Amino acid sequence: MNSTPPLPRWSLLLLLTIVVLAVVVPWISPWTYYTPSWDELDLEPTFANGHWLGTDDLGRDLLVRLMWGCRISLLVAVAASLTSLFIGVLWGATAGYAGGRVDAWLMRTVDVLYAVPFIPFVIVLTVLFGRNIVLLFVAIGAVSWLDTARIVRGQTLALRQREFITAARVGGMSPAQIVRRHVLPNLAGIVAVYLTLTIPTVILVEAFLGYLGLGAQAPLTSLGVMIADGAAQLRSRPRLLICPALLLALLVLCCNRLGDALRDHFDPASGGGA
Amino acid sequence: MSAMLALQVDGLSVTHAAADGARTVVSGVSFELARGRILGIAGESGCGKTQLLLALLGLSPPGAQVSGSALLSGRQLVGADRRVLRSLRGNRIAMVFQDPMTALNPYLTIGTQLAEVLQVHRGLSKSQALLHSQHMLEAVGIDAPARRLRQHPHELSGGMRQRVLLAMALLCEPDVLLADEPTTALDVTVQAQILDLLLDLRERLGMAVVLVTHDMGVLAQVADDVAVMHAGVLVEQGPVQQLFDAPQSSATQSLLAAARQLSPTAQSLI
Repeated sequence: MNSTPPLPRWSLLLLLTIVVLAVVVPWISPWTYYTPSWDELDLEPTFANGHWLGTDDLGRDLLVRLMWGCRISLLVAVAASLTSLFIGVLWGATAGYAGGRVDAWLMRTVDVLYAVPFIPFVIVLTVLFGRNIVLLFVAIGAVSWLDTARIVRGQTLALRQREFITAARVGGMSPAQIVRRHVLPNLAGIVAVYLTLTIPTVILVEAFLGYLGLGAQAPLTSLGVMIADGAAQLRSRPRLLICPALLLALLVLCCNRLGDALRDHFDPASGGGA
Repeated sequence: MSAMLALQVDGLSVTHAAADGARTVVSGVSFELARGRILGIAGESGCGKTQLLLALLGLSPPGAQVSGSALLSGRQLVGADRRVLRSLRGNRIAMVFQDPMTALNPYLTIGTQLAEVLQVHRGLSKSQALLHSQHMLEAVGIDAPARRLRQHPHELSGGMRQRVLLAMALLCEPDVLLADEPTTALDVTVQAQILDLLLDLRERLGMAVVLVTHDMGVLAQVADDVAVMHAGVLVEQGPVQQLFDAPQSSATQSLLAAARQLSPTAQSLI
């Protein structure tokens, strides 16, 4: 705990590096993630032939595929987190501020949705709509906004007791105006923290779905899908598993460190108010 | 003076629903307040002072029953439509809070919070509202108002923040200003400044002020009339001099005695 200050800087730097590489590498690399090359099956990593991490069993450049997988994982993570943030904050703030019957109805809905088991839900979605990337956003977003809603509601309940909210009411503002101008800005801190902690969770969930074969569809890939494919060839080509697994671990670790540091940063402020 | 009463309260009662039946927290309160006058309401903690103010604003907690009549410049407040009340609050009737540390939103700049009132009630654009706010900050004695508008509440001292709150309440030049212990959280020198300012603004804007406090010294300093509240009932009211010289009810007597005990100079205040 007391050693948090120096760590987030490395986490942030590493995270930014990964993101930049994920964007840039597939862009400038001569290889694509989908074209097999029968002359270059199973190449060991060398600088000489340009395949820095070697190729996979179909002769595709591992580095490019890794970065594509990283792109997809990050994209799913950010999109799903933002969706969950948007719905969760609106839902929670409305419930918390309105209180009474509105609150009861909104939060009981959340309770009911909590009871829906996640994996069967995703499988049903896949069966109904087929496998595509948008479905991943929807599935993960639909589940993770429930936590956001609960946290935001709790925070809003506490905020509602604060005097400046009463002051705004005395000033003649409508409930919608108060929520927009006084409640939401005060939620920004906790929501930012929660977002950084949601992203790694979503990355892991996506990887998990990929592992089950419910993730990105070949030839497109994600870290989870790569790990699943790599695990099958652990004996013959360990680097197909090690590379994506290492990257996933790094990514999640960085996000978590960042979230923890942010939480520590906002904690004393939320108690003091001023 | 009797031509137009700023506030005319008649038999106002507030009843809360409690687990063991109804509980009346304000009971049959009546008073009149002319423009340009300051009415002090005194009473010990929990006697219903704040509940009375909230009822006037139409902000009684959910489930509370408000009966009687309260006319704001001739307009009925009790039982008025929510939207009507909203248009009056902060506009024709405004309030200053006890604790300036918590009554401002810590995340928004002073300017944003002031401008917001004018944007809601006057429909001004943000830049117009900011300009107007700047003049109002100047009027309540804040130096470098243009810079203050861009600051956040934590950058201001307690007295400064209370001035900001006062400015916020006065932006729309209300007929009635409700002040709920506006000086309790401030130290004595700042307290005197704020009271002077209140008197000065009352003079200039001709508004009526309801000043709620349990500090008899403050009342002696600024109030024209004083009403004493005890257990939800107004037990005594009259001109400040008369009430201090010859207190009739035991509640008034004990408040005065307590004030004298705390500061022997309270006697010489009037």
